[in-house]
Amino acid sequence: MALDQSFVGRTYPPTPAYEVGREKIREFAEAVGDANPAYVDPEAARALGHSDVIAPPTFVFSITFKAAGQVVQDPLLGLDYSRVVHGDQKFVYARPVRAGDRLTVTSTIEAIKSLAGNDIVDIRGEVHDESGEHVVTAWTKLVARAAEEA
Amino acid sequence: MTAKVSYDSVEVGTELPARSFPVTRATLVQYAGASGDFNPIHWNEKFAREVGLEDVIAHGMFTMAEAIRVVTDWAGDPGAVVEYGVRFTRQVVVPNDDKGALIEVSAKVGALLDDKRVRVDLTATSGDKKVLGMSRAVVQLG
Repeated sequence: MALDQSFVGRTYPPTPAYEVGREKIREFAEAVGDANPAYVDPEAARALGHSDVIAPPTFVFSITFKAAGQVVQDPLLGLDYSRVVHGDQKFVYARPVRAGDRLTVTSTIEAIKSLAGNDIVDIRGEVHDESGEHVVTAWTKLVARAAEEA
Repeated sequence: MTAKVSYDSVEVGTELPARSFPVTRATLVQYAGASGDFNPIHWNEKFAREVGLEDVIAHGMFTMAEAIRVVTDWAGDPGAVVEYGVRFTRQVVVPNDDKGALIEVSAKVGALLDDKRVRVDLTATSGDKKVLGMSRAVVQLG
């Protein structure tokens, strides 16, 4: 069933702040096997010009995707999450995410399309820090595969 | 937030050092915990088959995280990555054995941009099949 086009442009309320911790960054870097010292050693990060350890580029997805849950689980939109796959993902950074950041995400539905029975939803997540400065924007394309005919 | 690589030292076609990243079931469990993505298709074979997959698959975001390491290792400063996008074109199937799967990533400079930035085009394959499409990063060089 095609999704309601009137949801295009809808913006959801900003999420409560997520505080980025050094140990959470370390845990993520270890999980992807990345030994880059900028992720774990504050001195190494400072030598590169950062005020604290920074997060790997895709770390912020955990935060933006959770925020996108507002869209995905919006009963009025009616996306069938059990059939959803991740189509595209893009990030544009104003600066890297770093330890100590308190980040909020504001999600907006940018586009809704229907293609060969698949529902395609583009969600933009604007990530800001505590001072209101823009940190990164994440674009997530979700594809709800067409249900098989009974 | 600037790479250690200088803009003047690269041209279109400059290749970045390629890398291979092994992924096993244990890797996926660890990534699930670190990322908070506990979708059972990434660790539960029975569930994966029930939803029509041939086996457990890697998180797309895991593959995306591995691929950019080719760029961050080259750049030196991961903060030099100012844009990064991919399309998930094919799943990385991870069998339940001691080998798992291998994600192979190569990259080259695709375009020289303004302000000493370059576009890096990435290729990620697993089992000789492309797993990412339109995989591009913009990097701030020095």
